[in-house]
Amino acid sequence: MLKPLGDSSILIQLGDEIDPRLNQRVHALDALLQTIPAITETVPAYCTVLVHYDPLTTTYTEIANLINEKLSLFDESTHRPSHRLEIPVLYGGASGPDLEAVATTLALSPSELIRLHSEREYTVYMMGFTPGFPYMGILDEKLNMPRLSSPRTRVPAGSVAIAGSQTGIYPVDSPGGWHILGHTPLKLFDPMSESPFLFAPGDIVKFIPDHGR
Amino acid sequence: MVYGPSSMVLEVTDLSGIATLQDSGRRGWNKFGVPTSGPMDWFAYQAANSLLDNSPNSAVIELGLGEITFRALRNTTIAVTGAGYEVENYVWTFPLWTTFYVRAGWTVRVKKTSGGNWAYIAIAGGFDSPVIMNSRSTYLRGGIGSALKTGDVLNSFASPKDLIKLAARDFPVDKFMPYSQTPIIEVIPAPQADWFTPEGIRTFYESEYTLSPSFDRMGYRLQGSPIEKAISKELISEGMTMGSIQIPADEQPIVMMADAPTAGGYPKIANVTRADLPLLAQCEAGVSKIRFRETTVEEAQKRTMDSRR
Repeated sequence: MLKPLGDSSILIQLGDEIDPRLNQRVHALDALLQTIPAITETVPAYCTVLVHYDPLTTTYTEIANLINEKLSLFDESTHRPSHRLEIPVLYGGASGPDLEAVATTLALSPSELIRLHSEREYTVYMMGFTPGFPYMGILDEKLNMPRLSSPRTRVPAGSVAIAGSQTGIYPVDSPGGWHILGHTPLKLFDPMSESPFLFAPGDIVKFIPDHGR
Repeated sequence: MVYGPSSMVLEVTDLSGIATLQDSGRRGWNKFGVPTSGPMDWFAYQAANSLLDNSPNSAVIELGLGEITFRALRNTTIAVTGAGYEVENYVWTFPLWTTFYVRAGWTVRVKKTSGGNWAYIAIAGGFDSPVIMNSRSTYLRGGIGSALKTGDVLNSFASPKDLIKLAARDFPVDKFMPYSQTPIIEVIPAPQADWFTPEGIRTFYESEYTLSPSFDRMGYRLQGSPIEKAISKELISEGMTMGSIQIPADEQPIVMMADAPTAGGYPKIANVTRADLPLLAQCEAGVSKIRFRETTVEEAQKRTMDSRR
């Protein structure tokens, strides 16, 4: 379950699939690990936590022992207190240039697509790709779409998009291959702020369709 | 150490290549998708600051793939380390790994030669720049800080040390990093090492790789014999780090470097030890013949501790 990644990191593997319940265990474990001072930072992902440490002050064996102690205290009842956010989204039109095409491909009406995308609560499985990009799921099976065959060179910040069984929001202007359904005016990443990120891994997110058009 | 206030110290008068300010790195934001950044060659970075008695986290200029010329706006002392460069001050040429006094009005040029990629220009007191998310390290892809350009004026803190006494110091030869264009890089098998065939593993450890010309602060793409996989399924994205060696579909290794994404979805065969990252960072595209040698995390950490005694 523990494997070294180089001489400054340890990978903890809790499973081998993309699954919201497994991922919630990842975030519960990640919260427990924050109490170990020798751990410099952690990267929770879908089914793993990568732990970084300083090899000039500790060793692989010491950190592995500390992690194993936490794992022995860790069971199904360990939860991370989750933070729930509501995200307003303007779907379709210039805000969601792929909405119509996705609805057509999936044989849904645009309003049915918006309902299916916005009625669920999603878990932020992990963050990455660009600073502050939340990978979230799990989407309703009816919404599964492969990525765009040729990615856009520029997706505007705030774009709400889907691909596979996941949904995400582009925090900064960047290239991107996901289908853009809408746009949120909220700022996901502000490097100059005291708390630069709107989300943290493990948060619960609900999209609220903005009908004020 | 107590530093005096910051004031203008250098004006960039000519620049090619890529020059950014870097401190020891940005920590605590990996889980939000922010890379650590910091120097490509931590050894040369640390040496540049220690030659000037700067604090170990002081910001320096990292120069890659080109040259920089600057004019001093006040008297100062600088240190230049790294590999593949030399320093010109009017008619004199200085080697790297030394410090020298620069009088107000003098022009200094850090000139590309061969044998490396990155130079570190430290200044007495350390460069001052806005601290973003607890660090002065530049991360261009994330829009954190910006690349230096001609006309930029840089500030530095006032060193409490005598500038003349900081000058003409040499880095001790016995502590030197053995930079080489035929390095043997120590690596520790990574979590997906068993995704490769025995033949693939043998290829990785027994053949030579060169650095592709399209390398940057994010990653070094290597070229050589393809590394055969035993498992063709996709990896579910997981955290990775500087030195992680990913093998994508084309079976050629990519070594993640200072601006590496915090997570990735290609299987990792091995991970470069911290001690050998500087050797890899200074390998020249198309020139270096790179080999890998397997070690264990316990051996690598024992060697790190021994070298500090």
